[in-house]
Amino acid sequence: MSTLTIENVSRRNFLQGVAGLTLGFCLPALAAPAAAGKAATAASFEPNAFLRIGSDNSVTVIAKHLEMGQGTYTGLGTLLAEELDADWNTVRIEGAPADASRYNNLFWGPAQGTGGSTAMANSWDQLRQAGASARAMLVSAAAKRWQVPAAEIAVRDGIVSHPPSKRSLRFGELAADAAREAVPAKVTLKAPQDFRLVGKHAPRKDSAEKTNGRAIFTQDIRLPGMLVAVVAHPPRFGATVKSFDAGAAKRVKGVVDVVRIPSGVAVLAADTWSAKKGRDALTVDWDESRAFKLGSDEILARYREMAQQPGLVAHQAGDTDQAFAAAARVVKAGYDFPYLAHAAMEPMNCVIRLGAEGCEVWNGEQLHTGDQHQLAGIFGLKPEQVKINMLYAGGSFGRRASTQSDYVVEAAQIVKASGGKAPIKLVWLREDDMRAGYYRPLFHHALEAALDANGKLTGWRHRLVGQSILMGSPFEAMMVKNGIDAVSVEGAANLPYAIPNMRVDLHTPTDIAVPVLWWRSVGSSHTAYSTEVFLDRVAKAAGKDPLSLRLELLGDKPRHSAVLRLAAAKAGWGTPLKPGAPGTRRGRGVAVHESFHSYVAQVAEVTVAADGSLKVDRVVCAVDCGIAINPDNVRAQVEGAVGFALSAALHGEITLKQGAVVQGNFDGYPLLRIDQMPRVEVHILPSTAKPTGIGEPGVPPLAPAVANAIGAATGTYPGRLPFSSAELRA
Amino acid sequence: MIQLNVNGKLHAVDVAPDTPLLWVLRDTLGLTGTKYGCGQALCGACTVHVDDAPLRSCATPVSAVAGRKIATIENADRSRVGKAVQDAWRKLDVVQCGYCQSGQIMSAIALLSQNRKPTDADIDTALGGNLCRCATYVRIRAAVHLAAKSLA
Repeated sequence: MSTLTIENVSRRNFLQGVAGLTLGFCLPALAAPAAAGKAATAASFEPNAFLRIGSDNSVTVIAKHLEMGQGTYTGLGTLLAEELDADWNTVRIEGAPADASRYNNLFWGPAQGTGGSTAMANSWDQLRQAGASARAMLVSAAAKRWQVPAAEIAVRDGIVSHPPSKRSLRFGELAADAAREAVPAKVTLKAPQDFRLVGKHAPRKDSAEKTNGRAIFTQDIRLPGMLVAVVAHPPRFGATVKSFDAGAAKRVKGVVDVVRIPSGVAVLAADTWSAKKGRDALTVDWDESRAFKLGSDEILARYREMAQQPGLVAHQAGDTDQAFAAAARVVKAGYDFPYLAHAAMEPMNCVIRLGAEGCEVWNGEQLHTGDQHQLAGIFGLKPEQVKINMLYAGGSFGRRASTQSDYVVEAAQIVKASGGKAPIKLVWLREDDMRAGYYRPLFHHALEAALDANGKLTGWRHRLVGQSILMGSPFEAMMVKNGIDAVSVEGAANLPYAIPNMRVDLHTPTDIAVPVLWWRSVGSSHTAYSTEVFLDRVAKAAGKDPLSLRLELLGDKPRHSAVLRLAAAKAGWGTPLKPGAPGTRRGRGVAVHESFHSYVAQVAEVTVAADGSLKVDRVVCAVDCGIAINPDNVRAQVEGAVGFALSAALHGEITLKQGAVVQGNFDGYPLLRIDQMPRVEVHILPSTAKPTGIGEPGVPPLAPAVANAIGAATGTYPGRLPFSSAELRA
Repeated sequence: MIQLNVNGKLHAVDVAPDTPLLWVLRDTLGLTGTKYGCGQALCGACTVHVDDAPLRSCATPVSAVAGRKIATIENADRSRVGKAVQDAWRKLDVVQCGYCQSGQIMSAIALLSQNRKPTDADIDTALGGNLCRCATYVRIRAAVHLAAKSLA
């Protein structure tokens, strides 16, 4: 178990936290240059932990956050290069080592890691200051060399110049001198109208190597003497190894060793295929006496029963009971959400080598500090003796930010069980990955709305039942208060609509042994659906247009209203839809949701065939994420979020049968394919506000917008995800 | 020993004949651009060309492709079509995590080698077996059209 506790500002309050931080913090560890990565050349300039300028004019930005597809390397580089006035073409990005004293996530206190769509938001001031500070040192070095006032010096595209005397030097030529300059105590950052990269188009830094096969993922690591480990995992959560027979496995050519570990039996071989064949040849007798044996249906039935009773109150406003007692009409609906696997294209994997000085890890590393603590515990090391090489992750969607470091710990246990003799690459095959748990939790929601005689919404009750992601994790102290896990109710407890009487309460079952984890957009992956689909039911009951009702209830929420209006205008809300082929029904639906302090509205257009099959034709998105650091990447993230969310809405479901996970591969757990991808338009609201998240906020509104479009087309507002075509037959 | 012709080079590999081509490329020959995603020809991350046609290397025993012409992503920039596809992918910043993109690109090259003016429906058919969890499909489609235009 980790001894790490992550505290500091909660995500919910982080904007307030940022305001405090921006006033107070300075560049961390200015005196400690980045020791990681390639050895600095003698003449290189490392003014802070985030930058190295070589005498060859290379500008290397040290990225503290994981690049898992969301464009964070490019974004972090953009921030620093903007204030440095570097030539974007010469900027390269290098992953930071694990060292929370320099590379902590400023929203997570003393912990280093990536998640909650915080990378740009927490780095916004930090990396611009790092760039501005280095620029000032280059300017002062040039001023000394030329014996001119610093105020007469200009910097642009990696060139420092003195226009009056027409002299200029490239960064590299000043690097050695700049390294001797004092770090400025204070720097002035650019005004937004002077930005040359932020808000413009800085092409992705990883496009070239991700299109020629040269980008290195954990799966691609090969060390001298390394063995590949494939593991036989128990068939149910909580089962353990009783005994095993490794005879046949050891006879497989290439198999070197078979070891027992807490999470199963690992077969070690010289190559992946031999390890797999060895694993498949194992005979393991499992002790299932303490295994979890409920099926999804039984879990859901239990949750529905719990929903009959009041839970812990997460939000209360006004007198809800009175509002319902006085109601002219009450609308009720229930919503069910399945377990969901992240199913990143690169199944989880990890490479660990144990040496005399400590251990070295290669991983698509998302929670450096937590993983360091876990591995230090296993090997009897100090956390700083756990060196981590952060590689590109082939997707994560939350999975690699494992609160229990599950697969990293498994790799370490194999190293330990095999005596640390050889470096180990743990490879999970697709089935290992899909059946390992750490799912988006299964949830049941029950909603009720009170309407008065005029159809005005006077009361709202929302009850949620589902497992906590954060209880028992290092984030518990930060995000679980009075028994309420903030991420179980996010998006529900802070519903933006002005409803005078409102109660949101929560049941958190603690006897369900299925490991759960954040899944892209976390609580909002279900709360946006239940609240926004239910609101359309209310609109229908009240005889109101869904867009008008939202705008009416969002009186004091200008950012929600603005994205709604923009999406509606661009989608042609209120204009008739072109009819589909004979026998099909078409509809348009809208949803809006705030998550990670960004606001996204989406309008979906769907066609439902007579047999109930569904085609999402077009999705129009409007986004307010503060300043869009890289608008093209904002569009890319929202396009991808639409596809990711639609994949879950159409297909996503992990089911348990007597505790065993039914699905193992993409036949049972299909993902969205290109022919199902709708046309997507993304419109970005101009903003001068600080940047907020964009990796996740495009996900939540999609499923409810589609469901509301289905409702408009068919009169049926789906009460469960994924959608069932049987429910939508004509 | 099994004789393989990969990217125009001949290799004699000492592996079990049932070893999928994918693992021979990755573990034996060190060509790690071709990715493992599912092991059952369900996701397309392992797509390579065998005699110029796309093939899922994770479900193809190496013995079945002995002596045939195998091409991987590492070889893509050596053909005019391959170069056009890579350029289009870069111009539009298609990639996100990038893990599936070798397979996407190999499928796109195979399509454009046969069909210089693919319709959306042609793209859906040719790339329908290539999953992208980041759902970069909007840009994949645009990039195939852009590559087609640049080859016209």
